[in-house]
Amino acid sequence: MIMSGATIQASAPARETVRGGRSSLTRSRIRAAWIFIAPTLIVLALIAGWPLARTIWFSFTDANLNSLNDYEFIGLENYIANYDGEWLGLLTDTDWWRSVWNTVWFTAISVSIEAVLGTIVALILNASFPGRGIMRAVILIPWAIPTVVSAKMWNWMLHDQFGVINDMLLRLGLIAAPITWTANPDTALWTVVMVDVWKTTPFMALLILAALQMLPGDIYEAAKVDGVHPVRVFFRVTLPLIKPALIVAVIFRALDALRVFDLIYVLTANSRDTMSMSVFARQQLVDFQEVGLGSAASTLIFLIIALLIVITMAAGRVRLGGETR
Amino acid sequence: MSRVIASLTLAAGLLTSASVSAVEISISCSALGKEYEICKQGVDAWAQKTGNTVKIVSTPNSATERLALYQQLLAAGAGDIDVFQIDVVWTGILADHLQDLTSNGQSVVSQHLPAMVETSRVNGKLMAMPWFADAGLLYYRKDLLDKYKRPVPQTWSDLTETARMIQEGERKEGKGDFWGYVWQGRAYEGLTTVALEWIASYNGGTIVDEKGEVTVENPKAVEALKTAAGWVGTITPEGVLNYTEEEARGVFQAGNAAFMRNWPYAWALAQGADSTIKDKVGIAPLPKGGADGRHAGTLGGQLLAVSKYSKNADAAIDLVMYLTGQEEQKRRAVQGSFNPTLVSLYGDADVAKANPFIGDLADVFANAVARPATVTGQNYNKVSTEFFNAVHQVLSKRAEPAQALNRLDRDLKRIKRSGWQ
Repeated sequence: MIMSGATIQASAPARETVRGGRSSLTRSRIRAAWIFIAPTLIVLALIAGWPLARTIWFSFTDANLNSLNDYEFIGLENYIANYDGEWLGLLTDTDWWRSVWNTVWFTAISVSIEAVLGTIVALILNASFPGRGIMRAVILIPWAIPTVVSAKMWNWMLHDQFGVINDMLLRLGLIAAPITWTANPDTALWTVVMVDVWKTTPFMALLILAALQMLPGDIYEAAKVDGVHPVRVFFRVTLPLIKPALIVAVIFRALDALRVFDLIYVLTANSRDTMSMSVFARQQLVDFQEVGLGSAASTLIFLIIALLIVITMAAGRVRLGGETR
Repeated sequence: MSRVIASLTLAAGLLTSASVSAVEISISCSALGKEYEICKQGVDAWAQKTGNTVKIVSTPNSATERLALYQQLLAAGAGDIDVFQIDVVWTGILADHLQDLTSNGQSVVSQHLPAMVETSRVNGKLMAMPWFADAGLLYYRKDLLDKYKRPVPQTWSDLTETARMIQEGERKEGKGDFWGYVWQGRAYEGLTTVALEWIASYNGGTIVDEKGEVTVENPKAVEALKTAAGWVGTITPEGVLNYTEEEARGVFQAGNAAFMRNWPYAWALAQGADSTIKDKVGIAPLPKGGADGRHAGTLGGQLLAVSKYSKNADAAIDLVMYLTGQEEQKRRAVQGSFNPTLVSLYGDADVAKANPFIGDLADVFANAVARPATVTGQNYNKVSTEFFNAVHQVLSKRAEPAQALNRLDRDLKRIKRSGWQ
């Protein structure tokens, strides 16, 4: 996001010179630019491009983890194929589509909650109060704990027999019997959302806080002089101004949430009801050794995430453009 | 200064010369409970005897994770681990990467429990050596059965009734979180073993029979699942749907359950010095499905196999033969209550002294139900996953038993398509 913004700005004057014929200076500049970005492009091709290409290639084969060098090209059979009048393949697999739905649902709900909570936390941390520095450091603790560790920790806290959460709720008289947070399919996905919100709200708050600190103070003074209600100030002044940063933060989090694996895997294992796309792909690749089918799932994950991000970015930019006018 | 260098060179020289004759073998031992400690003592004894060194590689506690790790290592042809501790259902899955032990083990393997030997063979070849045996058991609270004057349950309906009675009684006395029966209900391999016990105890078959036919859709299996689904929320906490072995043991060992289904390892821990239920526990075969049903515990246990990619295969095979031999199996049985796979040790006086219930176990192992791993081979994991997911849906009341088994039957036939291999 940030990088693409910079390129757009840099390329605008360059285009003007092209229109008027390339000077030798421009040409040598372009050459220098290519030389400078070449290492990045090569590294990217090696660490991102090659595995991606290999995965997409495997998705058209019947490769098996047991003997990875011995496979045949089978075309689209991993995606969709007709065996004796019965349609099979990933695109007809209800488990796969359930995992897609779980992931999208999880992303939408958790990122929305995190955006709202993150903004509130950032607003609080932006106000000056004693101990603000310490508070800012403390709030980052959940973000600093490795996901597997925090997931395991929550797993014990949420345990129906010896979990501290059920114990607290029972003592407060809020529930009559312990809730089986991770075992009951109705609460399991909500539990995952809750733990994710706990963990990543600090990240969201930090990005929004950075945006808040860039805001000019004079607008607020003007609003104060005019006697505008603080809530109105937030919706009319603060929110539009931090919106670009908020959208960047939401896209970062959404990218992260769409490939969620560790949290769901530790909290509910391979259960179908809560399986995310990544858990599904891993199960095919590793547990079932179906490298072909698993690669097909991975390829679809790549396409789905790309599509969703393009949609989010397009939606974000359109609204931004409308407001600056 | 020069003296220091000289002595360092000398020391380095000694170290290299020692490693020329002896080799280092890596073994993956599980670290559940006392397993690591006992394994370490065993391999150290071999190392001392032969002059080699042995490195123990720790592996994840969850069996599913361990298999995934092995598969990744072996698929890459890595020789980092020479000796693998594998589960009885993995022989078929991993066979392509294992050394054929037929010529080394053929002469001794007949002394092991036949059911265990069966799990070590793939297409007639011996791919692993049996190390210890496991089977599902019923743990019960002796003191509570006495208190409520009930016998050890022989059928599942006995168990349901007794569990309900004890649970009601204990709760009336103020133990609000007391439950009748806990087991492993998480959607994982453990649920396959547990549910197979229910179905087999009703004579409902073993999901896929020896000939490879899918047999899971039958009225007995429906009845078995119906009974089990009825426990959840009544005598079994709903949380059991996410329990593995250790969570179930946690509830039982805290004194909060009357019955538990678990593997033999829980015995030593329940009888440990810090256990709240020490000397109040008994074990029995799992109940029968009905008067004409059978006691069925799923066969578990571990084998030792040698990697095809091992650089020191001879030494590795020697280690496997030592660890699965008479002397070491006896030591493990006495010190760690691991159940030997050597038939002769079931009559051994020292083993009987350490494990008073070893005689009962011999019967349990003789009648144990094997999971359909050999016949489904490479596809076992898929079969098991479909099965435990179907059972999990029944237990969480998201599907009716008949409907779930019908769908399972279709899915398994689809996996089988043109054959299991």
